[in-house]
Amino acid sequence: MESTIDPGIEAQIREWRSYLLRRRTIHHIDVDELEDHLRTAISELGAAGLSGDESFLVAIKRIGGVNELSREFARERSSQLWKQLVLGGDSVGERSPSEYVPLLITICFAIGAAVAFKLPAAFGINPFDSGTSDSANGDADASFYLRNASLLALPFLIGFLAWKRSLPARVIAGLAVPFVAAAILVNAFPFQRGGDTEVLAALHLPIILWLVAGVAYLGGAWRSDAPRMDFVRFTGEWFIYYTLIAFGGVVLTALTQGVFEAIGIDVAPIITSWVLPCGAVGALVVVAWLVEAKQSVVENMAPVLTSVFTPLFAVMLVAAILGMALTRNFIDAERDVLILFDVLLVIVLGLVLYSISARSSDARPTLMDAVQLVLVVSALVIDMLALVAMLSRITEFGITPNRAAGLGLNVILLGNLVWSAWLLAAFLRRKRVFSDLERWQTTYIPVYAVWAAIVVAVFPPLFSFA
Amino acid sequence: MYHASMQAKRDVRIGKDLVAASAMPLVLAILDEGESYGYAILKRIDELSGGELEWTDGMLYPLLHRLDRLGYVEARWDSPPGGRRRRYYRITPGGRHALSEQRRQWEVVSGALESAWHSFQAASSALGRVEG
Repeated sequence: MESTIDPGIEAQIREWRSYLLRRRTIHHIDVDELEDHLRTAISELGAAGLSGDESFLVAIKRIGGVNELSREFARERSSQLWKQLVLGGDSVGERSPSEYVPLLITICFAIGAAVAFKLPAAFGINPFDSGTSDSANGDADASFYLRNASLLALPFLIGFLAWKRSLPARVIAGLAVPFVAAAILVNAFPFQRGGDTEVLAALHLPIILWLVAGVAYLGGAWRSDAPRMDFVRFTGEWFIYYTLIAFGGVVLTALTQGVFEAIGIDVAPIITSWVLPCGAVGALVVVAWLVEAKQSVVENMAPVLTSVFTPLFAVMLVAAILGMALTRNFIDAERDVLILFDVLLVIVLGLVLYSISARSSDARPTLMDAVQLVLVVSALVIDMLALVAMLSRITEFGITPNRAAGLGLNVILLGNLVWSAWLLAAFLRRKRVFSDLERWQTTYIPVYAVWAAIVVAVFPPLFSFA
Repeated sequence: MYHASMQAKRDVRIGKDLVAASAMPLVLAILDEGESYGYAILKRIDELSGGELEWTDGMLYPLLHRLDRLGYVEARWDSPPGGRRRRYYRITPGGRHALSEQRRQWEVVSGALESAWHSFQAASSALGRVEG
């Protein structure tokens, strides 16, 4: 039967096959079956007197549109999303070995990250092994890792993304610049050991490097808004996946330790100095791969998390405001209070971002948008009160690096949320479209990068490395 | 007006919903005749309906998957030596049970329609006389 099909049609069938395979919901096995159908139809139409091209076109048309087909398969499979986590195959032995190549390359990047992260151990820098090194040395090692952890691990994530996007060498070289600059700065600065500026730089450096990873994720097209939203989405999904995997990892290591303890072998040193650091760093890359490969699974999780936690946080904040109003107890400007409110604003912003990423921009306002507005506004009210309390403390006791960093972050988040609240309110009154809020969030991203860069590069000399 | 309605009678276009609703019992009934594969099933549907039940060919396959998942059919790959491998479907006892259940339902529906047509026919011929 095959011999009657000419090479031109053969090529078209191959093209159609690969086109179908690009749809995530149509599996290999389905495409094989559809191809058999197509070939039978073509040879039968050919026997009825149609030319090769004609029978191909008629047969394709009868099979129907790829969009409808993949939607139909998706509907049929929507209840089996978890199955897709297992490499997406429907049965063993129906996958060709070449499909494992991307997975193998991903694993290589993950192993590379883990090896690079442990490489300083070869030079005697090993803060994870608390028992062997004396305390002064241990402090120096811990300080080295504090400053360099993200510089050791994240290049492999970026390398992985650059490989996925097949970035040109010029762009990759551009991405390396911030890494080199940061590596020089954090290692050349004469930080006071355990000082605030060192900790602050170490905390803010990953933010910059993550945004550099964003440029790699977007294949260099970071200047326009819509792709940036994709990166925000990627970040959110990556976070969900990483949390899940970290949780699983904790359970696994705890069990391992328990089981080995029961048979009288102490594996704690191996776990703390090898398994945990290597696993945590390798997971950075593996999770990025998971987000890309198994997006359909996590896509459904962000809206669920948003709709569960948005009302809960809104209730909590409104209750807090009522509590303050009724008892007349205002915020006590203790040492850590600013950090607490920064965390609060980050969470509120995260909820806003999740909900933005989960909805289509032409949707109408819903009750959830109103709840979200309540959440944002009450967070703003509480934060203003905290800021007032904090400012009076700073004018009284002077400014420290920690206070300056906390204050700066707070002001940045506040600025974002004030305008977000305004846009949300306008959207609810149908004065604005939802995509305005989306665009506002994406244009704001560089602000975080600039602020993080200031904390890493300007704060240490400004506060004389204290 | 008159011409259009005559045209419609000769060339019946069956609505999408009706095609979808009848798909499952039809496929199960065809598989009850014996093991078969996608292309042959579609040919048989064509035969049985006198070419008037039009399917988008591809849509059969998600349906076969659903029947497989529900346990109504069993699928297996058959690769003849030197030939293309092909997926064959066979009805299961569960599928036969579902088929007889569907058959009872369709008999009720078609019985009800059958009796409804009598009054409809009387009314429409009366209407035709008034318009003529």
